[in-house]
Amino acid sequence: MCLAMPAKVVEIKDNVAIVDFGGIRREARIDFVKDVKVGDYVIVHTGFAIEKLDEKTALESLKAWEEVMKAMEE
Amino acid sequence: MELSIFHDRELAQKILQGIRREAKKIGREVKLMHVCGTHEDTVTRSGIRSLLPENVKVMSGPGCPVCITPAEDIAAMMEIMRKAREEGEEIILTTFGDMYKIPTAVGSFADLKSEGFDVRIVYSIYDSYKIALKEKDKLVVHFSPGFETTTAPAAGILREAIEKEIENFKIYSVHRLTPPAVEALIKQGTVFDGLIDPGHVSTIIGVKGWEYITKEYGVPQVVAGFEPVDFLMGVFMLLRMIRKGEVKIENQYTRVVKYEGNVEAQKAIESLFDIVDAKWRALGVIPKSGLELKEEYKDYEIRTFYKVKPPELPELEKGCICGAVLRGLALPTQCPLFGKKCTPRNPVGPCMVSYEGTCQIFYKYGALF
Ligand code: SF4
Repeated sequence: MCLAMPAKVVEIKDNVAIVDFGGIRREARIDFVKDVKVGDYVIVHTGFAIEKLDEKTALESLKAWEEVMKAMEE
Repeated sequence: MELSIFHDRELAQKILQGIRREAKKIGREVKLMHVCGTHEDTVTRSGIRSLLPENVKVMSGPGCPVCITPAEDIAAMMEIMRKAREEGEEIILTTFGDMYKIPTAVGSFADLKSEGFDVRIVYSIYDSYKIALKEKDKLVVHFSPGFETTTAPAAGILREAIEKEIENFKIYSVHRLTPPAVEALIKQGTVFDGLIDPGHVSTIIGVKGWEYITKEYGVPQVVAGFEPVDFLMGVFMLLRMIRKGEVKIENQYTRVVKYEGNVEAQKAIESLFDIVDAKWRALGVIPKSGLELKEEYKDYEIRTFYKVKPPELPELEKGCICGAVLRGLALPTQCPLFGKKCTPRNPVGPCMVSYEGTCQIFYKYGALF
């Protein structure tokens, strides 16, 4: 029950979005994610988008980590 | 999306090297605890325990909300269904798939269904609400377990039901809060050197929601995501803190979790629920760990209308060590019934029923250690 998964928003109507989990489409409520747009990624848990997924931060954090690891090797 | 990098083997290898170095420098046994079924799934599915150095142990705490839902509450809900029928009212009961099968000494919701009651499995409380909107002449009750991540959706739907005055929709709240359970474990003597915080609970409560555990109990924490690379990074960050003697909380899952969490969701939960002392199956009563609808919204709680007294029930079948598993004191393989008398087809305890139960996860992936 607790699995939460990333999905892409493909359609929005009021507080319900259609989200795409890699091919499978479902409804998800977007009451708690303000200013979500079509094309955004969200984390969906039991039919609710609980947060937006920030791709930019994701890639930045990975880069930062690779650097830390590199520095440690030296 | 480029995030496939989170599955990257090469990156995982690099992090593992870092982990080995840190573990060696620490030089003693280090116990790390997580409290999330989804983390356990990541750990077991990717064989992380066998990849970690000998002196780094990963324990699994009470990360499964259906496992810790008291047997009495399941029994009480069953009583309510029977009493309603006696009084000429048919209730449609909805709940999640794993909750449906949880065994108690007086049976499960699945048994109730086979007795001819209308019990339906839903994926979301929203689906349950939609049934209520469609079947206006029937009472729909959602048996509602879950930690913060599931409580937020419940609060969202209830808020709408209250606004629109949908009177045939109610819940039976068995919602629980995660940080008080961690606190209780510490107080009851479960010892660990660092805590991996559940990423999706943290999405709601924020890094902020865990800070007091570090401040009051001196436990280093890392909020971590659910890909193998996320978990490994979490382990690495904890080991680095432990080696340096730092007592801090860090966030590995920055792509989703904010320091302040999802404030909208927090507000919705706070506006509807009061925090109360609550029982956890096999763990006892934990102070300020449960959520109950506020007085003014009591009309949306089914127990307001049906007062039932379920019998005192044994928490677990004889021989089931779910309690120790949930406390992070034992792994399922230490249970003599594991894989023999107790399997997902014939579960003896709740930890084997739920997809998030540590016993089921161990069974499913063939316990690679
Ligand atoms: S294997 Fe079964 S009996 Fe043993 S602790 Fe897990 S659920 Fe209980």
